[in-house]
Amino acid sequence: MKILSLVKYVPESTAAIKVKADGSAIDPAGVKFVMTPFCEFAVEAALQFKEKNAAANAEITAMTLGPAAAVDVLRTAFAMGADHGVHLSDPLFEGLDDLGVARVLAAAMKDQKFDVIFAGKHAIDYDRGQVGPALAELLGLPHVGAVTSIEWGADFKTATARRRIEGAEEVVEVQLPCLFSIDKGYVEPRYPSLPGLMKAKKKPVDAKNAAALGLSAAELSGDNWTTKMDGFTPPPPRPPGRKLEGEPEQMAKELVRILREEEKLI
Amino acid sequence: MTAQAPAAVITPDTFDFYNVRSLLTEDERQIQDAVARFVDEKVIPVIGHAFDEHRFPKELIPEIASLGLLGCNIEGYDCAGLNHVSYGLICQELERGDSGVRSFVSVQGSLCMYPILTYGNEEQRQRWLPGMARGELIGCFGLTEPDGGSDPGTMKTHAVKKGGDWVINGAKMWITNGTIADVAIVWAMTDDGVRGFLVEKDMAGYTSRDILRKMSLRASITSELFFDNVRVPEANLLPNVRGLKGPLGCLTQARYGITWGGIGAAIACFREALEWAKVRVVFKRPLSHTQTIQRRLADMSRRITTAQLLSLQLGRMKDEGRMHHAQVLMAKWNNVRIALDIARDARDILGAAGISIETHSIRHMLNLESVITYEGTETIHELIVGSQLCGTQAF
Ligand SMILES: Cc1cc2nc3c(=O)[nH]c(=O)nc-3n(C[C@H](O)[C@H](O)[C@H](O)COP(=O)(O)OP(=O)(O)OC[C@H]3O[C@@H](n4cnc5c(N)ncnc54)[C@H](O)[C@@H]3O)c2cc1C
Repeated sequence: MKILSLVKYVPESTAAIKVKADGSAIDPAGVKFVMTPFCEFAVEAALQFKEKNAAANAEITAMTLGPAAAVDVLRTAFAMGADHGVHLSDPLFEGLDDLGVARVLAAAMKDQKFDVIFAGKHAIDYDRGQVGPALAELLGLPHVGAVTSIEWGADFKTATARRRIEGAEEVVEVQLPCLFSIDKGYVEPRYPSLPGLMKAKKKPVDAKNAAALGLSAAELSGDNWTTKMDGFTPPPPRPPGRKLEGEPEQMAKELVRILREEEKLI
Repeated sequence: MTAQAPAAVITPDTFDFYNVRSLLTEDERQIQDAVARFVDEKVIPVIGHAFDEHRFPKELIPEIASLGLLGCNIEGYDCAGLNHVSYGLICQELERGDSGVRSFVSVQGSLCMYPILTYGNEEQRQRWLPGMARGELIGCFGLTEPDGGSDPGTMKTHAVKKGGDWVINGAKMWITNGTIADVAIVWAMTDDGVRGFLVEKDMAGYTSRDILRKMSLRASITSELFFDNVRVPEANLLPNVRGLKGPLGCLTQARYGITWGGIGAAIACFREALEWAKVRVVFKRPLSHTQTIQRRLADMSRRITTAQLLSLQLGRMKDEGRMHHAQVLMAKWNNVRIALDIARDARDILGAAGISIETHSIRHMLNLESVITYEGTETIHELIVGSQLCGTQAF
């Protein structure tokens, strides 16, 4: 069976994010980039499928769309145990919206079919969670989102997935091939082993640009975007706090006055 | 005057003031980051509690093993085959979490796998090393005895040849991992000087028990081993070394890692003190706005920086095969000393909060009391460096 894990290269969750002076994008200088934690779930889900179902003879491909440096997340996937890596990279891909990204991914799967595709529920950079469902739609595959467990049918033709919904759990049966977006709670991602990290550097990566995927500049141009990023602004700095001083009674009175008259909260 | 582009603004990193990291290779940096992540996510959240409960967090062993940390600087036998600088960085990151966790890895790799690799035969290597790398087999190293660890040449534990076997009698004390070990590397006196034996957990007459109620290295197992006519087959004798240079060779490996470990513990305490000093308001201003606190923090940074440079140069020399054991001792002496002093000072800056198990400095401080004693005390290290300089042993 052919298994695909989609992985995205994003700023680390604790990174201090700075916006470029012209507001066009995030300034990547000095920011550490990592694989989105939800994509780690997607890789781990694939690895566990392979390990637990030897009969399925699974081969795992990790695929990322991103800048040259994004090859790092493929190396992480290799170090965790992925067999192949595909890197979709082209200046024409810069700034693509989610549907655009899904279209490029779909183009990459034209002559490579997968039985199961794992994606993270969402990437921790823009938190939109659209690429998984959009890709399933473009490929005409069933999609189950925010999955927290999967049971495989005996012949790997079907699967039963569970997902958390408000106050309950939904059980969904799907036919393979299909796409799962994985939520926290299904698997605990393993740490890449140190020898794995070293070996991963030597593993070949299948790099593809727009031309190799048969995508023209016109197809990828802003005219075909369904959404467009207008600009970035950092959140406004937090206004400084105010400290009241004096006797407790006085301070309490002053606090009530401020809440009532200045902040109008009570 | 020719116009020059303005120089880039350089801001030293708070925890790597001399940018020692720039002297590492990309591989080494990646290894450090991978282990740092493990320590942040898996060790630090549980270690205070484990220390409090006087419990070694054994549940960490499978991940420590699958990361490839056990015997990581051994080539072959399912080991990671990393260089010595990488091994050092691993020790540094682990000890940033806790000296007990680093001790586990040091003992397994440097004190147990190293002698099997270096002094053992091929059969012994095949039998033990892959399982030890996978963390399925645990080792311990028995050199110290109840009567004085600094002078192992006077050990009482002895082995005599009877028929084809060796019979061992004696006791070892303060042995890390003792009660969880599948194999003990036991050093015993014979007619032929000190020899090393692989004593297996189930051998008749071999027993062990934990040393309880320690005030230091509480998240680590420390045990006593007893040998009452333990029959060990000849096949379990380490054939390729005789004399004290056997155990001392192992200690050089482990001490090398400890030099890096000290940096990790020191950084953890420095970080905690610095963060505290910035937010703790006393006399209407943060502690960090006072001269004496700034001097103390600056001094911590200075000491950490010198320790980082010392260990890195030591590691490069080790990787090039031109490291002398006295150089290791100087670095262990320096780096553990600065770590202990920094931990005590950080604890003081934290005030009363610094005696709570919720803070890290006191745990590191207590742990470092072991680290400055084991694998040779600070005094013994000074005396060996002294003897190297003066040409006479004075102890
Ligand atoms: C937590 C922990 C774990 C340990 N794990 C292991 C292990 O796994 N395997 C193992 O074999 N051992 C282990 N040890 C033992 C450790 O290596 C010894 O404790 C150490 O070598 C010191 O020996 P000692 O305790 O007998 O002290 P002693 O040798 O009795 O020394 C006592 C004091 O006298 C000083 N001193 C000694 N000789 C001289 C001299 N000639 N001149 C001046 N001063 C001197 C010392 O510096 C020290 O201050 C461990 C110890 C601890 C605390």
